[in-house]
Amino acid sequence: MAAPVVDLVDVARTFDATPPVEALKSTTLAINEGEYVAIVGPSGSGKSTLLHILGLLDTPTDGTYILDGIDTSVLSERQRAGVRGSRIGFVFQSFHLLNHRTTVENVVLAELYSTASRSDRRRRAIEALEQVGLGHRLDAYPTTLSGGERQRVAVARALVGRPSLLLADEPTGNLDSTTTQSILDMFAELNGAGITLAVITHDPEVARRAQRRLSIRDGVVTSE
Amino acid sequence: MTLIDPAGGDVPGTGSPDPYYGALPDPLMVDGSSTRSRLAVKDLLAEVVISLTARPARTLLTAMGTVLGVAALVATLGLARTSGNQIVSRFDELEATQVSVQPQSRGFGGDNSRQTSFIPFDADDRLGRLNGVVAAGTISDVDVGGRLARSVPVNDPLGQNEYQIPVLAASGGLFDAVRADVLTGRVFDAGHDQRGDAVAVLGPGAARRLNITQVANAPTIFVGDEALVVVGVLADVDRKPELLNAITIPNELAKDRFGLQVPAEVLIETEIGAAELIGAQAPTALHPNDPDRLRASVPPSPTRTRSAVADDLNVLFLVLGGISLIVGALGIANVTLVSVLERTSEIGLRRALGATRRHIATQFLAESAALGLLAGIIGTSLGILTVVLVSANRVWTPVLDPILPLAAPLMGVVIGLVAGTYPAWKASSLEPIAALRGAE
Ligand SMILES: Nc1ncnc2c1ncn2[C@@H]1O[C@H](COP(=O)(O)OP(=O)(O)OP(=O)(O)O)[C@@H](O)[C@H]1O
Ligand SMILES: [Mg+2]
Repeated sequence: MAAPVVDLVDVARTFDATPPVEALKSTTLAINEGEYVAIVGPSGSGKSTLLHILGLLDTPTDGTYILDGIDTSVLSERQRAGVRGSRIGFVFQSFHLLNHRTTVENVVLAELYSTASRSDRRRRAIEALEQVGLGHRLDAYPTTLSGGERQRVAVARALVGRPSLLLADEPTGNLDSTTTQSILDMFAELNGAGITLAVITHDPEVARRAQRRLSIRDGVVTSE
Repeated sequence: MTLIDPAGGDVPGTGSPDPYYGALPDPLMVDGSSTRSRLAVKDLLAEVVISLTARPARTLLTAMGTVLGVAALVATLGLARTSGNQIVSRFDELEATQVSVQPQSRGFGGDNSRQTSFIPFDADDRLGRLNGVVAAGTISDVDVGGRLARSVPVNDPLGQNEYQIPVLAASGGLFDAVRADVLTGRVFDAGHDQRGDAVAVLGPGAARRLNITQVANAPTIFVGDEALVVVGVLADVDRKPELLNAITIPNELAKDRFGLQVPAEVLIETEIGAAELIGAQAPTALHPNDPDRLRASVPPSPTRTRSAVADDLNVLFLVLGGISLIVGALGIANVTLVSVLERTSEIGLRRALGATRRHIATQFLAESAALGLLAGIIGTSLGILTVVLVSANRVWTPVLDPILPLAAPLMGVVIGLVAGTYPAWKASSLEPIAALRGAE
C-alpha cells in the first residue's frame, strides 16, 4: 500500500499561556491518498489547531508529522513555505479573496511563489475556474459574486497547484443550506477525481458527506 | 529568470543544481516537482504595480510629502545654479561692467599741477588694447570762464537766448563707454578729435534750451565767441548723466580753444566679469611709469553680495526641503504601516499560498520603494518645472546639474526603502495563523 498523504505520529500542540492550553493532545492519525475525511467537533475543541498543523501553518510542540513522505519537523521556514505552497490547498470559512483583483487574478495568485511560468499559471487558473463551474466569471471582481461563487473561486485557487491535500476550515460556515449543498457536491466530485480532502466542520450534515469522520473533543481525536 | 532567492539555496532545487547539494537528491522532490518557494522579480514588480494602482488616490497622497521635499530640493539647487550663472539684473550688469580711472586723490604730494598730467589724451587707444575692454573714453569738465551759450550769432540784448550751459570735453570712445543713445545726428569720433574740428554733441536738456531739434542742416551754436557745429543730439546715456545737460566737445578742441590741460577721468566699459581685471590693468596701461598715481574704481560686485543673500536663502530652502523629505518619509512609513494592518488577511493568505517571511518583507519594501521612486520622479519634474518657470519669468537661462534628474528619483527610492523597513519587518513577522484569523 502506498504511503499515506498525512501521517501524524503522537502529534500534540500546547499553547504557551498561563495555564498552558493543550489544544491538541497526542494524536496519531493517517489520511490516505484519495480519502475524504471530515473532522467534527464543537467550538474550541481544537479543530482549527489540527488543521493549521496539517497545513504547515503551525508546528506541533510534540510528535512527528510526515506529509507526502516528507518529515516536516526538519524543514526550514522557507522549506515549509515551499511545501505548503505546492502540496496544500486551503479553503477558508471567510474565502480570503483579494477584492481588488478579478476572479482569475485571485486564482493565479496561488502559484505566485512557484516556478510555474506566467502563461501556465493563467491557463491552469482558467482550467480550475472551469472545474468549479465559474468559467464564465473569469474577469468578475469578488464583490460582485455571491457567497457560494466566492467559495468556488477559493476552491479553484486551492486546486490550481494540484495539491496533495485540500484542507477546508468550515468551508460552508458563511453559506446558506442550498449553497452549502452545492459546495459539498463539488467536494464529492473533486474527491471522485482523486483529490484528498480534509474538511473541518462543526456541522454533522457537512460531515456526513465524507467517507470517514473523525471527531475531536477537548483536543482528543477519535474515529467515529 | 532572475529570482529573489534570499535564503541562498537552503533547499536543493530541481532546475539549477545547488553548488553544495546539487549532487544529492532533493529530499522534498516528489513526482518530479520541486517544492521550492520563490518569487520572480517580474512577478514581484507586477504585484507592486497592482497594489499601488488599486488605490491611486491614496498612493498619490501618500507620496505627496516626498514629492514636495524632492521638488523643493531640486528647485532650490536648480535655481541656485541658474541664478549663479546670471547677472541678476540690468542695473547690476551696468555696475559690474564699469571701471573708472581718476588721478590718485590729492593731499599727499601737494604738487597739484604735476598730478594732473597722469591721464593721457590717447587713453582710448591704450585701453582699447586690453582684453576685456568694450569701450573707453575720457571725460573732463571744461572751464569756459563764465561764457554763455547761444544758438544765434547776434547777441540780442532784449531776448533771453543766452544760457549758462556746462561744457564737457570727451574723447571719441566716451559715447560708447557711457552707452549713449543718439536722438538725432551722430556723435563725434576720433577723427573729429584729431583734426580739432569745432563740433559739439548736445545733451537733450542743452538742445532744448538752445532750441535745436534737428541737425540735418548743421546748426551752429556759440559758446562765447566760439562757433560750434552741432553734429548730434543725445537721447539718453546709461552712465554720466551730466552729459544730458551739457555741450560736449572733442578733447583737441577743448585743449585748443578752452585751455583744457589733461583729461580728468577715464570711463571704461568692460565685458561681464572683466571689471576687476581691467581695474588692475588700466593704471599701468595709462601711465606705465608710475601707475600708482592713478586710482581705478571698480564698483563692489553686486552679484557677489546678492549671491551671499541667495546662499542664505538656499540653505533655508534646503533645510525646508530636507524637513519635508523627513515628513514625507514618515508619511510613507505611516501609510505603509496602516496598509500592513489592513492587509493582515492578505499577508496570511500569501503565507498559506507559500510565501516566506522574506517574500512578504520584500513585497512591502518594494511597494514603499516604488512609492518613493514615483514621488521622486514627480518631485523632480515639479522642481525642474519650477526652475524653468522662474527662469522664464526672469529671462534667465535655466541651468541644471545633469546629475540632479537622476539623483533625485534615486533619493526617493532611498526614502521609500527607509520608510518601508519597519512596516515590512512588521508584515513579515506576522504569524500566518494570527494573520488569517485576524481577518475572520
Ligand atoms: N494562540 C493561542 N494561545 C492560547 N490558546 C489558544 C491559541 N489558539 C487557540 N487556543 C485555544 O485552543 C483551543 C482550540 O482552539 P481552536 O481554534 O483549534 O478551536 P476550534 O475547534 O477551531 O473552534 P471553533 O469552532 O470556534 O473555530 C481553544 O480553547 C483556544 O482558546
Ligand atoms: Mg476554528
